[in-house]
Amino acid sequence: MDIFLQFDLPSILLGSLAALACGLLGNFLVLRKQALMGDAISHVVLPGIVLGFLFSHETGSWAMMIGAGIAAIFAVLLIELIRRIGNVEPGAAMGVVFTTMFAAGVVILEQTGTAGVHLDVEHALYGNLESAIWLDAYTLSDLWNWQALSTLPESIKQLFIVNLLVIGFIVLFFKELKISSFDPLLSASLGFSPKWLGLSLIVMVAIAAVAAFSAVGSILVIAMFICPAATARMLTDNLKTQLFISGIASLSAGLFGYLLAAFGPGLLGYEFSVSAAGMIAVVAGLQQVLAMLFAPHYGVVMRRRRQREHVSA
Amino acid sequence: MHDRSSSGLHLLHDTDAGKNIRPEDLPFTVQGMTVAYHHKPVLWGVSYSAPKGCLTAIIGPNGAGKSTFLKAALGLIPKLSGETKVFGEPIEKALKRIAYVPQRSAVDWDFPATAIDVVMMGLYGQIGWFRWPSRKHRQKAMDCLKSVGMQDFANRQIGQLSGGQQQRVFLARALAQDSEVYLMDEPFAGVDAATEKAIVAVLRQLVADGKTVLVVHHDLETVRDYYSHILLLNGQHVADGPVETTFTPENLQKAYGGRLASTQLDGLSEASGA
Repeated sequence: MDIFLQFDLPSILLGSLAALACGLLGNFLVLRKQALMGDAISHVVLPGIVLGFLFSHETGSWAMMIGAGIAAIFAVLLIELIRRIGNVEPGAAMGVVFTTMFAAGVVILEQTGTAGVHLDVEHALYGNLESAIWLDAYTLSDLWNWQALSTLPESIKQLFIVNLLVIGFIVLFFKELKISSFDPLLSASLGFSPKWLGLSLIVMVAIAAVAAFSAVGSILVIAMFICPAATARMLTDNLKTQLFISGIASLSAGLFGYLLAAFGPGLLGYEFSVSAAGMIAVVAGLQQVLAMLFAPHYGVVMRRRRQREHVSA
Repeated sequence: MHDRSSSGLHLLHDTDAGKNIRPEDLPFTVQGMTVAYHHKPVLWGVSYSAPKGCLTAIIGPNGAGKSTFLKAALGLIPKLSGETKVFGEPIEKALKRIAYVPQRSAVDWDFPATAIDVVMMGLYGQIGWFRWPSRKHRQKAMDCLKSVGMQDFANRQIGQLSGGQQQRVFLARALAQDSEVYLMDEPFAGVDAATEKAIVAVLRQLVADGKTVLVVHHDLETVRDYYSHILLLNGQHVADGPVETTFTPENLQKAYGGRLASTQLDGLSEASGA
């Protein structure tokens, strides 16, 4: 039991919480047809993260997150500026800004000697889920022992707070996010500025991306911004229900992804385990495939059946 | 330079001539509005004031800037110059007194929302920031759906509705906004006959309730039946006023140029004689 608590549970928590923060916000990115914004934002925040690190001298700090948020705002403004002045399409403006800012981040990283510390390519891609350990846990009762809980890895606590922020943001601005995603013009004319709402959504995305980034890596971040939301969309026509389903999909991808990665190979008789972050993304992708095939209304199977009934009727 | 003689201020309508009009009585006034997309002018110095409590059609050829006129007047797209006043107030302060119905193609109908969800959005302005809609708001949204004959479709996902039904949902949403001025961008585009009838009935009811309604309209044949006033645009202000005096072959020729076949003009002028 203590091995599960000390090694498996922290990783499961880390993976699930990272998935949840990204998965919930992903709903609005997908609805706004900005699904790749998650991908893009995870690149532009790099200079912000590095500067935040230089400022605070510790990884996983709030300074890094604030830096990331500022970098995201800066990127959005820069895209708008280039789009207007350069008279180019939004996609091109994004491409220019993202690559430039990512490259700037790499240069700062190299020049300031921070490269040797923690921020390396492998971590950035696959994350570091398995490194989360909770050495002070011995029995199940530690789960409701405040003192033991306070020794949980910093990254888990941080993700927990970020999740509270994300959920708070969505509950508080649900109506506003909904109307500005569906009909920006009406939203503007009713006084709910789609620009400000869009910008605050991007800032939340940046915060979630950075919090999730160091734990699970950028591949999983991108997958989680899209898959749970797209899965949930197949299963319901109600935005609230969609948010709930995407939350469940995110958490379960985190749980089952980790379990499959840690114990799946063992069950097949192999002695190794595979990358948990990678497996979580795979599970999220599988959920999406299953939903596309078997969703009650939009699934391929049911659509086929309806068509056949329609033809025979 | 462009001839701007025809785009002067038309604040006074013939019916109002001689009366002393206060700016706070004018529901919707646009002055000297110029809009350009990528340096190509779409609207040139348009000035116009909508007659209060009337149903007005905005007509003109394709590319005449009819939709642009509404959007720019509302401040939804950038303009080079011009200002809009709503009952004497700058538009920015009076947005809640205006309901705008965009073209149906302006939104994504795959959005996870039902008909009643969309109508509720019209109430968001009254509900205000952060607050969630209450039962009372739901009831009001339902009433608005009823008045366009869509109550049976309240819980249908909007993508599963026909084009006409979608348009009626949009109209119900505008009714929910409970405004004094209604601006509608081609509500009749691609709708079935039943919807067209339902929309006309709602427009008439709005006017009967003292609202001011401006509608971008395409079908010249129905202008005379549906509207009391028109505004003719073709990049510039061509003419505006009551249908009887303004909806004339000469004005139409001016707005449409060669694009309107002479037989069509004949048909319309015959109708005007009848």
